[in-house]
Amino acid sequence: MPKRESPMQSEMLQGTLDMLVLRTLVIGPAHGHTIAHAIERGSEAVLQIEHGSLYPALHRLENRGWIVSFWGTSDNNRKAKYYRLTPTGRKQLAAQTTRWEEIVRAIGRILNPSTE
Amino acid sequence: MSWHRFFRRASSDRDRAEELRSYLEIETDENIARGMPADAARRAAHLKLGNTVRIREEIYRMNTIGPLETFGRDLRLALRGMRRRPGFTLAVVLTLALGIGANTAIFGVVDGVLIKPLPYPNAGELVSIKHLAPGLNVDELRMSPAQYFTYRDETRVFQQIGLYRDGGVTITGNGEPEQARLLGLTSDVLPALGVRPQLGRLFTEADAKGKGQQFPPVVILTDAYWKRRFGGDPAVIGRRLIVDSDPVEVIGVMPEGFRFLDMEPAAEVIRLFPADRSRVAIGNFNFSSLARLKPGKTVADANADIARMLPIWLNAWPTAPNTPGRQEYEKWKIAPAVLPLKDDVVGGVADMLWILMATIGMVLLIACANVANLMLVRSESRRQEFAVRTALGARRGDIVRGVLVESLALSLIGGALGVALAYGGLAVVVATAPTSLPRVEDISLDPRAVAFALVVSLISSMLFGALPALRQAAPHGAPIAGGARGASTSRERQRTRNALVVVQVALALVLLVGSGLMIRTSLALMRVPPGFTPGDAVQIARVAVPPLQVQDPERVTRLQHEILDKIAALPGVTAAAFASAVPMEGPQRVWTQPVWVDGQRDTSVTPLRRIKTVSPGYFSAIGTRLIAGRDITWRDIYGRAKVVLVSENFARELWGSPAAALGQRVRDSAPASDDGWREIVGVVQDVHEDALYQAAPAFVYWPTMMENFGGNKVFTMRAVNLVIRSEGIGRESLLNGVRSAVSSANSNLPVFLVRTMKDLYDQSMARTSFALVMLGIAAAMALALGVIGIYGVIAYVVAQRSREIGIRLALGAAPTQLKRMFVRQGLALTAVGAGVGLVTAIALTQWMSSLLFGVGRLDPATYTVVLGVLMMAAAMASYVPARRAAAVDPVETLTAE
Repeated sequence: MPKRESPMQSEMLQGTLDMLVLRTLVIGPAHGHTIAHAIERGSEAVLQIEHGSLYPALHRLENRGWIVSFWGTSDNNRKAKYYRLTPTGRKQLAAQTTRWEEIVRAIGRILNPSTE
Repeated sequence: MSWHRFFRRASSDRDRAEELRSYLEIETDENIARGMPADAARRAAHLKLGNTVRIREEIYRMNTIGPLETFGRDLRLALRGMRRRPGFTLAVVLTLALGIGANTAIFGVVDGVLIKPLPYPNAGELVSIKHLAPGLNVDELRMSPAQYFTYRDETRVFQQIGLYRDGGVTITGNGEPEQARLLGLTSDVLPALGVRPQLGRLFTEADAKGKGQQFPPVVILTDAYWKRRFGGDPAVIGRRLIVDSDPVEVIGVMPEGFRFLDMEPAAEVIRLFPADRSRVAIGNFNFSSLARLKPGKTVADANADIARMLPIWLNAWPTAPNTPGRQEYEKWKIAPAVLPLKDDVVGGVADMLWILMATIGMVLLIACANVANLMLVRSESRRQEFAVRTALGARRGDIVRGVLVESLALSLIGGALGVALAYGGLAVVVATAPTSLPRVEDISLDPRAVAFALVVSLISSMLFGALPALRQAAPHGAPIAGGARGASTSRERQRTRNALVVVQVALALVLLVGSGLMIRTSLALMRVPPGFTPGDAVQIARVAVPPLQVQDPERVTRLQHEILDKIAALPGVTAAAFASAVPMEGPQRVWTQPVWVDGQRDTSVTPLRRIKTVSPGYFSAIGTRLIAGRDITWRDIYGRAKVVLVSENFARELWGSPAAALGQRVRDSAPASDDGWREIVGVVQDVHEDALYQAAPAFVYWPTMMENFGGNKVFTMRAVNLVIRSEGIGRESLLNGVRSAVSSANSNLPVFLVRTMKDLYDQSMARTSFALVMLGIAAAMALALGVIGIYGVIAYVVAQRSREIGIRLALGAAPTQLKRMFVRQGLALTAVGAGVGLVTAIALTQWMSSLLFGVGRLDPATYTVVLGVLMMAAAMASYVPARRAAAVDPVETLTAE
């Protein structure tokens, strides 16, 4: 099926967002609102994401089987859809984190060769 | 991408909407908790989340299968469009349904008869063995028992070889005497076909080990006969039957679906040929043969194997008395002619069926051209719609796809309707097909035919959809508001439409020529004097006197004579006689024998001739004129007078004139002594014995009883066709009269194969009539579609140019002149189409030469008439819209818009 795949750049960002979502869920199940605020807070507001763009990412991760969803009740008694990390998702997160760190180190070496 | 998600995408979207709503509520709650007023809190939550519709769209797209989604949308659009234009839709769907239906029906026939394998396991291994004998005056030589034994013993390529022959037997001792269809065969025929009995067993070689030429006393019944005569009683195995006055035991019953090749009427009783090698001589090529090849062997291998075995056969067997010697057979130059069994069964109809298939295919092409034209007109009127869609962001591909999907939907609906039509049509085709059409039982509208209809629908949708679709996508922006049309665009479209009409006219001309030639063929056939009375005046019925019923030959003849006298006394009967066969009975009654002529110069080749035996009065009863001399009489018969009749062409061939033949002498065996000669006492008119379209064969008519004939001391013809001339043909009273006449002479004789000469004549015309009807229907459809095409184009031109016409009229042009202008345009198109069609017809009609009789395939009269008809039809088709042009009111058209 020809999916409308974005070019390399946005794919990387997409992957990054996926990783952040997975990371947020390591602590425990959370709903979309919590995840969005957690990412925003965790990055000390450096990553200003439009909260809506989180949902396609959640859907994608769910399709891949990395997270599963269930309906629950939020802290303030609202009905909300919760997401939980699956074992596959956990493995995926580990792999992506490793890869991410490699890339960061590599970029760091290029940008600051003297520090090595 | 998963189908599961694709089909759940709507509910998943609802789920998502709810999730987004839940986000908004939570965020709003939190904002209020932070002290915002409710309104601002809600707005801030919306801002934080972003455009929810876009989010949902994005997720929806992730779940969908792109092309399928757009296809569904295009389809809905197309169906809506069709409902809006019921007239257009109906015209297109019906045209296609007719075209596809006709093609599917013919495919059902072609598939059943020509393509499907015969209904036996591994039917591809089955072959029919025949021989060629270029040194002999025959088309083909079948097989002799001696060859059968040699081939069986010596072969390297055959698993089994068998001989068979059909015939009839009289069954008595089980109620009324009855004639049953007999299949005689050797023990290996049924195993070669790979069939098993449903009850009992098949023949074994041990069954055939009788003495002499008696049939072994065992029979197998077919399912139909077993059910009809024995009520399907399983205890039939071991029962005794009297077959041709011979007691036999039933040993088996064939299964329900069993059919022996294309034996018609179907076999009822199966007997085993005796296999006494001590009685077998080298000749007697009167048996058909089939064989099963060893796996992997080909027809070429089989031919080579038989070519190797022929010399072995020639030297291994004795020659029979009164038959040619060994050297004689060498002169025949016998060669093998093995062919796939299916080809043998299908025979000569392949040509005709392929011609029909091509014909009906052409009709579909014309229909597609017509539909393409309709679609062009339709898209013309949709220019605004397309312009609006383009303005709203539809791409060129979207619009082309839309048009193609619409074509597809139309042709699939047409195809579905066509399959329904084919279902009915097939019944008609099978009913009107010549009775000689082989494998009629294998013709059906099965999944293969439906698949064919589907493929044809798809192809035609491409054919008629592609043009409008591509034209549609013409890149220049069409104006959204109506008004002035780009002159260049419309001219280009007009060219496309003209080309389509040219194609239609050309194909219509080809089909008209084809049906014209068939009409000429039928007329020519009707003018052929058949040599007998073909009409409703002659009744035929067959009676056979088996040897165990009446042994003495002369008593057989006297019994037959007595029957004739009784029939002649029936009210309304003006003449009664009999013969071994009547004209047009089919190949099973063709009887070819050597006839030696006194004073014959070249005695090196056996002079094979067509013969039959006749009773006195046969020729006047059947309506064949006596040309010279006299008929034989009963006094000749009982006095064993050595007399004979011949046909006119026989007389002319040998002696130049009928009169000169009188007094000449002929005989049935090689001239050894002087006493075998028989004197020609009469010459009769030529008879088209086989079919009207085949030349009348030269005939020798022997008396029904003779001394020293065919190796018999006294020969008599035991199985004869009664020929009864009467006004009461087909009436039950006449038939009852005939039956009681026969049974009062001998109560054990059944009367069978009751027919009229008209039946036989019509049957013989059936192939031509069938082709004529089919081609006629095709040509009529083609002409109608072509005329509609021309009409459509001219009418469209007139409508488009109405302003111009208005100006011309206002400036003083004469209406007649205008009319003429448009008619001329229609005729010009037709002329171009006719030119193309003529060339095509000249090229294509060579395939139908085998169907023609008495007319050349380039018959100038046919071509002239067809051209005339086409031109006249075209003139009328363009005159109607042209008159509308002349009636244009200049004021109205000029003030319009």
